[in-house]
Parts: sequence; structure tokens; C-alpha cells
Amino acid sequence: MPVDYFTFFALPRKLNVNVAVLEREFYELSRKLHPDVYAQAESQEQAWSLEQSSLLNDAYRTLKDPIKRTEYLLRLEGVELEEQSKAATEKARAAGEIKKQVVPPDLLEEVFELNMQLEELRAQKKLGEDDPALIEEIGKQKLELEEKYEALSEELKRYWKEWDALSDDSSEEGRRQVRDRMVDLLNRRSYIRNLVRDVSEVLEG
Amino acid sequence: MAPDRIVGIDLGTTNSLVAFMQGESPVVIPGEDGVNLVPSVVALDERDQIIVGNAARKYLIETPERAVYSIKRLMGRGLEDIQDELKLFPFQLADDLQTGEVLRISLGKKTFTPPEISAFILRQLKRNAERFFNAPVTKAVITVPAYFNDAQRQATKDAGRIAGLEVLRLVNEPTAASLAYGLDKKQNGIVAVYDLGGGTFDVSILKLHDGIFEVVATNGDTHLGGDDIDNLLIKIAIDDILGDANLDVSRNSEVVATIRKAVIEAKIALSSESATELDIELPQGKRYQREITREQFEQLIQPIIDRTVGPCKQALKDAGLKPQQIDEVVLVGGSTRIPKVRALVEELFQRRPHTDLNPDEVVALGAAVQANILGGGSEATENMLLLDVTPLSLGIEVAGGVTDKIILRNSTVPASATQYYTTQVDGQANVAIHVLQGEREMAKDCRSLARFDLKGIPPMTAGMARIEVKFLIDANGILHVSAREQRSGKESEIEVQPSYGLTDDQVESMILDSFDYAEEDFRQRQVIEARNEAETILAALDKGKKSPAWGKLTGDEKKKIAKLEKSVIQVKAEDDYQAIRKAIDALNEGTMRLAELMMDTAVSTALKGKRMDETDMGEGSETGHPVARADFE
Repeated sequence: MPVDYFTFFALPRKLNVNVAVLEREFYELSRKLHPDVYAQAESQEQAWSLEQSSLLNDAYRTLKDPIKRTEYLLRLEGVELEEQSKAATEKARAAGEIKKQVVPPDLLEEVFELNMQLEELRAQKKLGEDDPALIEEIGKQKLELEEKYEALSEELKRYWKEWDALSDDSSEEGRRQVRDRMVDLLNRRSYIRNLVRDVSEVLEG
Repeated sequence: MAPDRIVGIDLGTTNSLVAFMQGESPVVIPGEDGVNLVPSVVALDERDQIIVGNAARKYLIETPERAVYSIKRLMGRGLEDIQDELKLFPFQLADDLQTGEVLRISLGKKTFTPPEISAFILRQLKRNAERFFNAPVTKAVITVPAYFNDAQRQATKDAGRIAGLEVLRLVNEPTAASLAYGLDKKQNGIVAVYDLGGGTFDVSILKLHDGIFEVVATNGDTHLGGDDIDNLLIKIAIDDILGDANLDVSRNSEVVATIRKAVIEAKIALSSESATELDIELPQGKRYQREITREQFEQLIQPIIDRTVGPCKQALKDAGLKPQQIDEVVLVGGSTRIPKVRALVEELFQRRPHTDLNPDEVVALGAAVQANILGGGSEATENMLLLDVTPLSLGIEVAGGVTDKIILRNSTVPASATQYYTTQVDGQANVAIHVLQGEREMAKDCRSLARFDLKGIPPMTAGMARIEVKFLIDANGILHVSAREQRSGKESEIEVQPSYGLTDDQVESMILDSFDYAEEDFRQRQVIEARNEAETILAALDKGKKSPAWGKLTGDEKKKIAKLEKSVIQVKAEDDYQAIRKAIDALNEGTMRLAELMMDTAVSTALKGKRMDETDMGEGSETGHPVARADFE
């Protein structure tokens, strides 16, 4: 397993990152590692530069983005968030099904009603009889969901603070709790994003 | 010994250029005719010799079946992709072309692949540079549209190889333009580059910061450019002619070529005039005349230039920026001279675009800057570094015909992704991977890049093998794949079947074939070498004139030498290397006594009595005279 991204940037595994400092570090490292600097060098050096700079770029891309950074840290902690989702998606595709998404409990009622409205709108569109009131209602729901989505980013930042406050001798239980809350939040976020996308599709379709 | 000169090359759809860094600024190297732009036109003349550039243009009209233009449109593409192109351009495909085979175009009775044709253009540029430097040129930076996919980039690299150039880097055209701009301005900020060329459209958004040129987002359309405007006008003219003169000229390639030339001239005129006239001679003594106003022109081309809006908006979105946050907009490409295009750019980005730099040359100049950086840099470029991105997402085809994206578009390159595969069947020795480029969900809507076969997997139970496959997009935007079976630690052999490209063997064989056309190269090399020798002997003679031995010559001898010297100076300026050699030999002979005299006064008598060329003076008979070993370097 190659060096992890935090180590590459000489950063501790904390979720709050000063992005301006990260960028400066990225530029400095780029000046040292980029293949252009090794254009006339031996092929071994060139191969090394290629590997190092791709690692640098992958690391920067991941750590720069708050969500990617969180997902990456969780993965380092042993939570295979994306993999789980991917594996499930592939399994469903192979079986020709749509992956069943677990609905976040606090959204159950909302989602149920929204799905009914979407069904109705789809049927209406087929007959060419869209009801403007329904479209407006759905549009409002979509805005609410988008607001919830934005609010999640703020919530995530609170968990970051909790995580960063944990010291090395914090209990495994304490770490697990914060981790689980972040996983839960990311799942919720992902769900809402997909739902908003589905709504947009029907509205524009 | 001067370090290898690396040149920057803009291999454009309509025109090509070669440039280099001269001191603090980049400069375009002109052709023999003194012109900077080399039209990307290739023709086969009556003697089956290849003609490139301005000289080839007349063939487009006189013998269009022996000429080709806009070959860039066919680079890295397959038969299925170019059906639209074939309707609009007079590309003549080889008669015996099979499906799945690499495209071949016929010129006269010969056929060539697009990389080979591009190689003829590159070779012409190489020659221009060699003539200018009076030294060989073997390394280059070549630009490509930012939106070019892997196959198109590979084809460009192949063209370089076939032309005898080591391509040190492929640079994206908008990024190259920003280098030329950044070198000029030396300011930090966010720059948008709007590049509308002959055949391709690119828009890139970059962050310039203390010499770092970081591409944040890029987008474009590889089927959109000035050619489309031309084709629209041609079609209108042909329809007009059918209506007015009841003449269907659509199949008459000479007339169509003439119409094309006329509409291009009209298009250019309308950038500065409010109206112009088309006046074309037709068969049967007829004539097509029509006035076009700028207003009419603008109305006609609106749908074409509107197609640039989508990519611009997407690039801004991907960059997470609003138009107001862009500090500067740079225009690239001849088509950006059209006033309507400038107006559109001004509206899109809410500011006047920067038009100081020559839109035809800026890409080549930027390539020269990058060439300089790769060569170790100079004072002007010492802080400069390019960080570019891959324009298209890289994906793998998975179950259900879906694309699984593993490297997203606008990722800074070099970039990598690692995937794990396993076997489905006991003892399975191969795993097939289908790699795609594009943003769509379904594999069939994306661009097939290549099929990789992982071979030599050690026999295992199904599902036991764990094959780690690493996908790496290098600084040129080209994909490399390596694989390792983790349990056995065995490196998997990867067989690549490029979907639209040439195999290494094919390129090698084309390099050999290309020597048939290298007669011109050979001849020029001879001229360069002969000239260098002439200079050597002339310098040596100058030294000889200052030595005491010169005074020992008779008046007649001096006169004779002066005459021979004049002769060398004269032929040196011309192109006949055999004549130059002859003149050098004559001067050598004529100055033998001078050399002897110089030897006498300088060296011990032990050497007396030996012929000059038997004396071991270090360099051997090439330099001949001891006086030729003068210390100039």
C-alpha cells in the first residue's frame, strides 16, 4: 500500500485542513516532482517522477475537497464506504435490477409523498397533461431537499471538529461513534443528491 | 556544442507553424518563402513527390484527387466516426479499406494514413527549422486540441515519430496559448482561453499564480471550427448555382474547390468590410455572382458559433466560477477574428477579450515556451510550470454495458487509478478490460479507447486471483496500463488493441517507408554539412592570412587564393551541396602551399616532406589542413 495522502503532505489525519496552505504545498511539490522537470533525465528518474506526481495530484485532489477528504479518511479507518456502494451497484446491474437504496429514516415520509407525486407527474407527462400546480409543488420540495443538502455540509463540519478533538488515546468506542455518524451523514447526503437528480429528470423530461 | 534545440510546433487543422525561444521571447521560424504559416495541405505532384504547404494549395483546385487538407479531422478516428466528415469534406478513402482497419486516404494512386500525412507536414516544419538553425532538429513539443481523446493524441505522437521527431510533450492548445500570454503579461489571475480554430473548439480556464499555469477546467468540441462555416457557405453557393444556373456542381471537385477558396476569401473580407462579393467561374461559360453583407453572414453562422456557448458554460461550472470571476479572456485561432465571435465571447465572459497576441501564432509561440522549459529553462521561463488536466473521464465497461468512471474529467495529470479484478472461471488465464473515455452512463455512448487483455494469469480457482490494474494518464494525456497479479506477484502481460490507432509495428514500418520521401531531408542535410565545412575552411583561411606565412606567398598565389575564396563564399549561399564541396576542395588545393609554409614556421622539421593529409593532427582528413583546426567553437 503506497504512502497515504495525509502522510504525503506531512499532515496529521485530521479533517480540518487549511486549503490555502495545502495549495501552496501542492505548488511547491509540483515544481519538484513534475515530469516536465525531468524531461531530459534518465528513464528511471522519469518513471519515478511520473509515479510521484500522479500520487501528488491524486492526494491533492482528494484532500482539497471536503467530502472526498472525509470519505478517504473513513476508508483509511477501515470503512469501505464507496466500495460497498459500488459492489452493491454492480451486483444489482449484473442482475439487471436497480440497486435498492436504504431511505434515511427521517426522510421516510417526505420521500414517500415525493415519489407518489413524481409517479403522478410522469403519468401526466405521458398524456401531455402536466398540471402546473403539481409541478410547482414538486419544485418546492426539490428546493427543500437542496437546502437540506447544503445543511448537511455544515453538520459534517461539526463532526470534523469532534473527530479532530479525539486524541490518540481516545477510546475505540469514541472513534467509532464519530465515524458512524459521518458515514450516516454521507449516506444521507448521497441519497438526497440522487433524489434531487431524479426529480430534476422528471421535471425536465 | 550547442544543446539540442527543442522546437515548439502547432500542428493545426488549417495552418501549421514551428517556433523556438530566442532569448527572452518565442519567435516563429518562417519557411523558405519567408512566410510563417504553413498551410496544412499535402499533395502528390506529377512525379509522385510530396508537396506541403503553400505550394500544395494549387493542387487542391487543379488536381483535387492528389491533394488533401484538414487531415487533423481524421487523426485517431475510425471509419464509423467520420461519416459526417465524409459528407462535408472531399476526403478520398482508399478503395481497399476494410472495416476495423486504420483509415487510409488516397493521393493519386498512393494511400497514406492520417499520421503519415501529418508527418509530411511535420517534416516540412522540421526542415524549415533545420534550415534556420543550420543544424539538425530532432526534438519537439507538439500541440493538440485540449479536447483530443487518447487515440487522437497517440496519432499525433505517431506522426511525430514518423517525421523523425522525438515528441517530448504534447501540450494542449489553449494551455500553450496561456503560456505565451503569461510570459508576456507576468500577472497572476484567472484566465479563460477561447480557441476556435479551423476544425476544433476548445475552452480552458486556468489559474496563473507565480509562474504556475494550472488548468482548472477544460471543455470543447472536436468537430467545430472555421471549416464548418466554410462548408455552410459552400453549400449555399452550390444550392444557389443549382437554382440560378440549373447546374449541379456538387460532384465537380474542381468547381467545389474553387468555390471553397472564394468563400474563405469572402469570410475573411467580412471581418473588416461590411459587404463583399462572390464571383466564381462555372463550367459551360457560366458565372456565379452574389453579394454578401456582414449582416447576412452573421445570421448564417449564428447557429455554428452558438455551439461554443455550451462548452464555455460547462467549463465555468466545472471550475466553480462565474464569468465575473474571470480576469482575462484570450482569443486563439483564426476564426476569432470574426466580429460576431468576439461579440459572443464578450457577452459570455462579461468583458472585452484580449486581442494583443496574434491568434494564428500564439499557440506555436506557447509551444516554444514549453519547449524551452523542457530543455532546462532560461531566465525568462525559470519559474514556469504547466499543470494540465485530462479533458474526458476515463471509465471501464462493467456488467450491464455501463461505464464505471475511474478518473474524472478535469483531473490534473499525471493522474492514476487502481482497480482490482478477479477471475470468473477456474484456471482462467486472461481477463479482458474495455477502457472508455467520455461522460455518458452507457459504454456504447462513450468513446472506446482500447481493449486490454491481461494475459498469463497463473492458474487458480475462480475468484481467487487478485489482479491489481493501474491506470495512469501521463502528462501528455495518454493512458498507460500496468497489471500485477497480487497473490503470485506476477506482472501481467498486457496486450493493447488500440481502437483507432496504429500498433508500434505499423509505426516502425511507416518510419522506414518515410525514408522514400526523405530525399529532400537528405539533400538538405548535405547542404547544411557542406556549408559548415565551408565556414570552417574560410575561418581557417582568415587565420592563415594573419600569420607570417602569408607574407611569403607571391602576389599571383594570393590572387588565386582570393578568387577561390570568393567562389566558396558565393556557392555557400546557394543550395547545391555538390558545388559547395567542389569549391571547398579547390580552395583546399589552392592553399596547400600556405599551409606548408605555416607548418614550417610552427612545427619541427621532422614533419617536413610528408603530405599534409598524412599528418595526424587530431581530426584527420576531414579537416585536412592543420590550419583548419582553429579554435573557434
